[in-house]
Amino acid sequence: MILARIVGTVVATRKDPRLESNKLLLARPVDPKGTVDGGYLVAVDTVDAGVGETVLIVSGSSARMAAGMKDCPVDAAIVGIVDSVETSEP
Amino acid sequence: MLLGRVVGNVVATQKSPKFEGAKLLLVQPLTENDAPRGPVLLAVDGVGAGVNDTVLLVVEGRAAAQVLGRKLAPVDAAIVGIVDRVDVESDRPTQAR
Amino acid sequence: MQIARVIGTVVVTPKDSNLTGAKLLLIQPLTPSRAPVGKPLVAVDSVGAGVGEDVFFVRGKEASFPFHPVEMPVDAGIVGIVDSINC
Repeated sequence: MILARIVGTVVATRKDPRLESNKLLLARPVDPKGTVDGGYLVAVDTVDAGVGETVLIVSGSSARMAAGMKDCPVDAAIVGIVDSVETSEP
Repeated sequence: MLLGRVVGNVVATQKSPKFEGAKLLLVQPLTENDAPRGPVLLAVDGVGAGVNDTVLLVVEGRAAAQVLGRKLAPVDAAIVGIVDRVDVESDRPTQAR
Repeated sequence: MQIARVIGTVVVTPKDSNLTGAKLLLIQPLTPSRAPVGKPLVAVDSVGAGVGEDVFFVRGKEASFPFHPVEMPVDAGIVGIVDSINC
């Protein structure tokens, strides 16, 4: 799983019917300190996350383990909103 | 998922039977700023996309197979949405809550 | 998936027993205008492709699905032969 910051939204009117009830968010992976690592991904939101929030994203085949995503054609799902990250790294 | 732009299609008569009836589209993955990112991929189309459409691409096998509705399909990419709009906010510092 | 040109054949002995009978081809990934892009790789063929043909291939364990229930240890597989590319 990765930590990422929500930086935007993706609007798609015509989409796979199994994605119709879910919001699509644009997220940038971040390191534990919150610094953006570069790149982006589009993830389905299952926790009502919003722009500016740091979230937990599960990707690959495990994304379909997220609530309501069984048998859906998704490869990245937001499964949590991060309250805090503590790390012993300097 | 990734954003991409449909740049063409491929016709193939001789192919895995799991692709029967599927539309195969060439998709250029994009950055969030609409710039090309990496090589052009071939994806099955699940939403009726056409050339020049901006699309949402899943790049994972079983997710893509869900689009074909066939188990054990040898596929790794599929179009699952046609993107109307992408809104990107400027990057802000972390706001863990 | 990506499009590619078959540029050679690969013979491997001894192989993993689950690779027995697999046809292994050397492929060069292509752009839509059929220019080489990236490095050549080895892919297992399930559609009867031959050297010189343009094909499309899948990456990952899905490459083994045409051989189900044999669990072939492959990560790239040719799954179609290109008739035409329109772009």
